[in-house]
Amino acid sequence: MSNSIEPKKSGIPQSVDDVSFVEVNQPGPAPLTQQARGFWVTFRSMFKKNLTVAYPDVKAPTEERFHGRHQLNRHPDGLEKCIGCELCAWACPADAIFVEGADNTPDNQMSPGERYGKVYQINYLRCVFCGLCIEACPTRALTMTNEYELADSSREKLIFEKEDLLAPLRAGMLQPPHPMYPGMNDTNYYNGDVTSAHPSQEGKQ
Amino acid sequence: MTTQESAVAVELITVVIDGFEVSVPKGTLVIRAAEKLGIQIPRFCDHPLLDPVGACRQCLVDIEINGRAFPKPQASCTIPVEPNMIVKTQLTSPVADKAQKGVMELLLGNHPLDCPVCDKGGECPLQNQAMSNGNPTARLGGVKRIFEKPINISSQVLLDRERCVLCARCTRFSEQIASDPFITLNERGALQQVGIYENDPFKSYFSGNTIQICPVGALTGASYRFRARPFDLVSTPSACEHCASGCDMRTDVRRGKTLRRLAGDDPAVNEEWNCDKGRWAFKYITSQNRLTQPLVRNGEGELVGASWPEALAAAAAGLVGKRAGVIVGGRPTVEDAYGYAKFARIALNTNDIDFRTRVTSDEEANFLASTVVGSAVQYRDIDVADHVLLVAFEPEEESPIVFLRLNKNFKKRALAVTSVATKGSIAMDKLKAKFIKVTPGNEAQAVATISLTAKSVILVGERASESVGLLSAARTLAEKTGAKIAWIPRRAGERGALEAGAFSQLLPGGRPVSDSAARVDIAAAWGVSTIPSLPGRSVRAMIDAVHSNDLDALVVGGVDIADMPQSAHAKEAFKKAFVVSLEIAHSSVTEVADVVLPVAAVTEKYGSYINWEGRPRAFAAAVADSLNRSDVRILSVLADAMGQSIMLGTVTAAAREFAQLGTWEGARASHVSVQPGTPVSVSGDQAIITSWRRLLDEGSLQMGEDNLAGTRRPTLAVISPSRAQKLGVATGDHLRISNAQGSITLPALVEEIHDDAVWLPRNSIGSNPLQTLDAVHGELVTVVKA
Repeated sequence: MSNSIEPKKSGIPQSVDDVSFVEVNQPGPAPLTQQARGFWVTFRSMFKKNLTVAYPDVKAPTEERFHGRHQLNRHPDGLEKCIGCELCAWACPADAIFVEGADNTPDNQMSPGERYGKVYQINYLRCVFCGLCIEACPTRALTMTNEYELADSSREKLIFEKEDLLAPLRAGMLQPPHPMYPGMNDTNYYNGDVTSAHPSQEGKQ
Repeated sequence: MTTQESAVAVELITVVIDGFEVSVPKGTLVIRAAEKLGIQIPRFCDHPLLDPVGACRQCLVDIEINGRAFPKPQASCTIPVEPNMIVKTQLTSPVADKAQKGVMELLLGNHPLDCPVCDKGGECPLQNQAMSNGNPTARLGGVKRIFEKPINISSQVLLDRERCVLCARCTRFSEQIASDPFITLNERGALQQVGIYENDPFKSYFSGNTIQICPVGALTGASYRFRARPFDLVSTPSACEHCASGCDMRTDVRRGKTLRRLAGDDPAVNEEWNCDKGRWAFKYITSQNRLTQPLVRNGEGELVGASWPEALAAAAAGLVGKRAGVIVGGRPTVEDAYGYAKFARIALNTNDIDFRTRVTSDEEANFLASTVVGSAVQYRDIDVADHVLLVAFEPEEESPIVFLRLNKNFKKRALAVTSVATKGSIAMDKLKAKFIKVTPGNEAQAVATISLTAKSVILVGERASESVGLLSAARTLAEKTGAKIAWIPRRAGERGALEAGAFSQLLPGGRPVSDSAARVDIAAAWGVSTIPSLPGRSVRAMIDAVHSNDLDALVVGGVDIADMPQSAHAKEAFKKAFVVSLEIAHSSVTEVADVVLPVAAVTEKYGSYINWEGRPRAFAAAVADSLNRSDVRILSVLADAMGQSIMLGTVTAAAREFAQLGTWEGARASHVSVQPGTPVSVSGDQAIITSWRRLLDEGSLQMGEDNLAGTRRPTLAVISPSRAQKLGVATGDHLRISNAQGSITLPALVEEIHDDAVWLPRNSIGSNPLQTLDAVHGELVTVVKA
């Protein structure tokens, strides 16, 4: 074994002499007719309708029934439509939905009837936007919006909680929990007999 | 099959079903004979433990006898087999098939088909049989019958009338099995429905069974409604931890939480039934403030969290070289009790170990060691008994499945039941029992006068220890007549603790401590040189020994100080001694303990109980507890820390070792007869107190289940008509029951009870005589109008 330590020869060429060249035949410029044909495509497109948009400054509207982020809807008086039945979770082929129901009590009426969804989570890293959950929902509580901007920087942020999914309170709605509309039962709610909150529902709880 | 049935030669009848011959005992229903061949006839109302009714008409088949056919299909659940019978089910008879499909179509005509939101969906006989024996399309249109839903027929049971198929299983169960005819079918035709009597809610101790046998989702449990579907649940076979009946159970868990418990099917024990306490009282496990880590009392006298090594070192330091005793409580599994027994003998070198944290006596200890341990009176002995004598035992309140068995035998063959008791009861009325009314403390004399035969059974309750001489009298009666005698404690772990040797007078397997051969036997098995031979102390003696400085430390597992007589005195002793407490949650013992070691609750561990028959009731862990903290494992680690290994690292190891020890074949401890005490005389406003616990009361294992609490029986003080007249009190007026310790005020109930006695529930809201009066049975109290 020699005592001197030789630097290991790297495979990278050290000088021009180390490199061997191969001669390549390159074709010359195409004939003018061919060039004109190519430029014609470019020229023609200049008069066509522009399909690209300057996203994110400009956002193109989606199709009407585009499958976007889910939304948990409310009755016109603000009570939640979700009854915590978990049918959406069973329907989900990707196991993206987690629901835990709880009992409505006179002090804590979140939805008409017996039960409401206490915990509602959708994991958008699993969701395939197939819409089977929407079909399964017996109260039309779960629908899909057209919102598609669902990118984020962590897994946790992509598990949407009930607060993230609930529809905003619109005019005439009251933040639950509050009692049901006086004189109405859950069937009236489903039949659309309740059109807005009643003054007596406010501040009861 | 019971011995009675197998003893009688059965006449077999051969019938042809769908072309196959089958021989079945005479009286078998056609539907059961078909089952024997594996032919499934659809049915809703048919239940093997209920009388046939033919209500749902789903099981229609074509029947021909001696070549003569019935003109129309017949309900196979009501017709017993007969010679030369030819049956054609839906499989071979197009007529039967069409009839079944027609019935199914009619049943579904008004059924709401809300399967997606129905609790029964997924385990529903209607759903399943509509798929297997129904038409795929419905011809009935229009609006379905709508009822208000749900209606509470009790605080636990909810009824959706529109789902009901009127099979009458629930009403038949209530009438035939529980004898609680609180629900019935009312109205007629399309409006027929299950209803309750206007002023009588469905207050049955067995109401949960109606939910379990409902073939549709008409009856649902308030605590399980909408919580889960069958396919969400992980089911584990388990045993009930509530009483000594020893019911087979099934525990259903979802996401690590117990959601429901169902009665298992064990024909030898609970058949297919259980009581509401066993079914619904499981929230105590999760609702309490569970201990999550060991606690050690620091220099300032505060309990602070500690690591396991720290806590074990602290416990070991407090126990090594000290005179210590063990108090187990009535609820350990056999394996845990065996762990305590071995721990006491090896690590603490003492026989001071007892499981009886209630009102006890030395007479009882002697009775347990001489008569109860190893005895094998069983439920089937009730099935063949000619006469059952109940002594200080209220079956419906203290061991409900024993009541169901008595009731079954009363209904089927008019079993004679006699009860020596201080007060009549609902169960006595149901059983039409001969009620021998005695004053509290005078039971022994009454028992001595009863005539029994060798086929009789004497069932002695744990309260017999409260009356001097009663256990001796019961034993003497059994010896004199040859009747069988069984002791039925209230708590699930007591018999197991007795067998496993968690008892001052017995080593594991019923070996008497006083017998040197038994001690040598155990010492050899355990690989130790000697087993302590000094007789051990009872709980009461241990408490006194702490006060007299004869005992320094106590190892306490699953005990509530409030169960003990003279609880203030006991609490002082717990404060004074060095206490190591093995508990699932904060309790009256952990409050004063020096080291608290958290252990697994019953759903988190595996093991077994031994019920009053002496029958092992094994159960598996329903919820995984990563630490596998059964008491026996903690005790094993603690013993290691003390330098005295007991080598019981797992429940399996304890079970194997206990099984290998076997039972003692030598002589039992000799019985020492105790003479009855002298009767207490009563004058003026004085009365003799008597009490027992209701099935549903303030028990710590029923905490957190409000729906269950809703069906408790009312808290009342019972006095006799003549006393009521003397006091000028009518039912509903208030009575004050008092002694030097305190007083209890309760509404009065004028009922069948001895004129000298007053009865009150032992642990109900506003009535805890043990705590308030320090008197539960046989003591004098003053009863006045409040």
